[in-house]
Amino acid sequence: MATYTLNINGTKQEVDVDPSTPMLWVLRDHLNLVGTKYGCGIAQCGACTIHLNGTATRACMLTVSSVGDQEITTIEGLSEEGDHPVQKAWLEVDVPQCGYCQAGQIMTASAFLEKNPNPTDEEIEMAMNGNICRCGTYTRIKKAVKLAAKS
Amino acid sequence: MTLVKTKIGRRAFIRNTGLASGGLVIGFSWLASCKMTPEQVNNLPKEWFDLNGFLKVGDNGMVTIMSPNPEIGQNVKTSMPMIVAEELDIAWKDVIVEQAPLNTDIFTRQLAGGSQSIRQGWESLRMAGATAKQMLKEAAAQAWNVSADEITTKDGVLTHEASGNSAGYGEMASAATSIEVPEEVQLKENGTFSIIGTDKKNVDGPKLVTGKPLFGLDVYKEGMLTAMIVHPPAFGMKYKGMNADTVKSMPGIKDVFHFEVYPEGIEKQWSDQGGIAELVAIVGNSTWECMQAKKALEVDWEQDSTAESTAYHEEELTALLEKPTETPARKDGDVNAAFAKAAKIVESTYSAPYLAHNTMEPMNFFAHVTPEKAELLGPIQTPEFTEKTVAARLGMPVEKIDIMMTRMGGGFGRRLYGPFVIEAAVISQKMNAPVKLVYSREDDMTQGTYRPSYKVKFKAGLDDEGNLIAWHVRGAGTNDDLIFENRFPAGAVDNYLAEKHSLQTNVTTGAWRAPRSNFIAGAEQAFIDEVAEAAGKDPLDFRLELFDRAINNPVGDPESNDYDPARYAGVLKLVKEKANWGTDTGKARGVAAYYCHNSYVAQVIELEDGGDIPRVDNIWCAVDCGIVINPLAAKNQIEGGMIDGIGHSTYSAMTFKDGKPEQSNFDTYRLIRHSEAPKNIEVYFVDNGIDPTGLGEPSLPPAIAALSNALYKATGRRYYKQPFINDKPPLVG
Ligand code: FES
Ligand code: FES
Repeated sequence: MATYTLNINGTKQEVDVDPSTPMLWVLRDHLNLVGTKYGCGIAQCGACTIHLNGTATRACMLTVSSVGDQEITTIEGLSEEGDHPVQKAWLEVDVPQCGYCQAGQIMTASAFLEKNPNPTDEEIEMAMNGNICRCGTYTRIKKAVKLAAKS
Repeated sequence: MTLVKTKIGRRAFIRNTGLASGGLVIGFSWLASCKMTPEQVNNLPKEWFDLNGFLKVGDNGMVTIMSPNPEIGQNVKTSMPMIVAEELDIAWKDVIVEQAPLNTDIFTRQLAGGSQSIRQGWESLRMAGATAKQMLKEAAAQAWNVSADEITTKDGVLTHEASGNSAGYGEMASAATSIEVPEEVQLKENGTFSIIGTDKKNVDGPKLVTGKPLFGLDVYKEGMLTAMIVHPPAFGMKYKGMNADTVKSMPGIKDVFHFEVYPEGIEKQWSDQGGIAELVAIVGNSTWECMQAKKALEVDWEQDSTAESTAYHEEELTALLEKPTETPARKDGDVNAAFAKAAKIVESTYSAPYLAHNTMEPMNFFAHVTPEKAELLGPIQTPEFTEKTVAARLGMPVEKIDIMMTRMGGGFGRRLYGPFVIEAAVISQKMNAPVKLVYSREDDMTQGTYRPSYKVKFKAGLDDEGNLIAWHVRGAGTNDDLIFENRFPAGAVDNYLAEKHSLQTNVTTGAWRAPRSNFIAGAEQAFIDEVAEAAGKDPLDFRLELFDRAINNPVGDPESNDYDPARYAGVLKLVKEKANWGTDTGKARGVAAYYCHNSYVAQVIELEDGGDIPRVDNIWCAVDCGIVINPLAAKNQIEGGMIDGIGHSTYSAMTFKDGKPEQSNFDTYRLIRHSEAPKNIEVYFVDNGIDPTGLGEPSLPPAIAALSNALYKATGRRYYKQPFINDKPPLVG
């Protein structure tokens, strides 16, 4: 066990966990931030996507000991009122079905649009390819990303 | 207006004052009035069940409508309350939707499965709204001393025009609680709806996009421990022993023990299918600590029955296809005589592998069992059945078992089966603590309860004018017999023979989105294309020709056919028009139509050029599911179903080596991704005012055939073996 002071959603949070613990479980089990989802644990599905210094990162493969004072943003911290342009676009297009994968999809999309505000369809698909949606909401996700890019 | 008797009976309405706080509460036996289906969906109970729910009117006029059915992404949490709100005449913005708990005092039964939620709830949901409205009217009539018949309602306001009286529902809610439940109520005519048929967004949308805790895996409670299980590494194995001591002392680990989920003699429900008799539990403070202990733990297993491999399943299924059955499932005319005189014969065999459900949220459940009661909370589609096994297994009366449902991160049939609920309860009882059981992705994917592996052989005979004169189908599946003998083309061909076999295996299987249809549709509708080609006819027109036959001159008793040929032809004609079928777009196209879960779907799929498996560019989809409650959600379901069918038939497979699953996570089990998904999808509904039918499943099966028929056009090669990505021509030279 070791103590870490993490910078999460703009707040300093202290946890006492094993150094090998992935951020996914630190967030979920220790900090009650359950919006970040578990889907595969091996960086294959994207359900656990967070922002690490603004870059979309799979929290299931990011050990707590490697984070240091880098800034972590989770779905809970993406916007204060749930009104980030990507979140608004998601609601406008009515993207979710079961909804389980969507926090991860939104985190990937929002980090991507920061870097590429005017993406082509192909660029969107490539950026989003690490995020599986078992319910098959892919066509609407693409629509929502394009809509968010416009705003 | 339609006048209907509230034939559910007055006993079915329960006033539950505990929930009212001054408002009007109507408990309601939602399904008591519903028409039962003649169709029995594979692996679902033979009997269909009552649901239950209620609405409450607050003194401010807000209305809470309980959504009685489990939400697995099929959007019933939005669409079922829409039906109630329609008849209640309340503005949608004034409706709050809550997930109803499993409560056998207020409700009777709650189930998601077989695309039946809306179909079975239709009349009774409307009645719930209409009854409440009538009681509010009566209350207002008494207050104003006028006749209730003269009172009109709109958007939650009661108005008596002659006297100039008007009041919101909230003002009359309290008085309405003492009004007798009416003997009969008026239901609105189709065509006069103001909420039904309009786009309404997912009621949980805002919570979903902000990461609020909604799912079973998000349950965290005071003092809760985490539990994981270790199950046998291969089918046909059972527990022998382990050395738990070193693992027990690992950080955060509370206990490691072997336990029986289903001891000898325990009464099982159908929902226990696929359950493993004995498991090992690891219980600890956190998920990661349990995962570490799981890695370190060594368990001995011994072979108990045959270690089956995929090659074995394939050989056995192939052998069954050579074997006539003693009693055919259906026989019209004489196929052999017809084949003997046929001008042309077409014969093909199609197959598909096992599939895992792979809901994005793995199986999990929270349990807190004390001597007084068992509290269970999590994602389960069949709480009513699971509850019984929990009671039997814990040795507690069923009244002491309380199951609450969370939103579910996907179902696809997997959450009809609840052995994990029993496991959570047993572990909690043993630990004497609240416990959340979590399956790792690997546990989830290798546990079993798979879509069966299937193989089917077709033979068709054509006369010299290209008319279909004989059809023989023989199908086989693992633990499943595959064939729906009374579906198309039964009734459309004079000489028809359907035979089915089931291969018993120890790899466990269960219902997977559109059971059996999810394979047989793809095979049958691809084969029809082969036959049309042999007949020298356009594949779409060839199908219409067969439906004409079934409409005008059906073979056998038309009642024996499961489908309505006119509705079937209807969706084909609609998709023909929308896709401009017959015009040369320069792109490969395929068509298919299928009927299942009481709905009709036809699709045209058009492919891009190039690639190993060319990507789907456009889909036109025509659907006849009767009245569409929420077109926005319906389209989402249909899109999802098609992508599911295209994805699994192209990329996915579960295979086995000596009983051991060869895929255990998404690195080896391939699911369709963004860059492989169809680019454009257009969905059209047949507007016919017929009572609504299933939507969650029917769009999946035909998509597989429309795709494979288009692939044939693109590559010149038929795809007989799923997943198509592996169905490559043998290397030459
Ligand atoms: S849980 Fe991290 S990528 Fe799947
Ligand atoms: S919405 Fe269900 S997994 Fe994406």
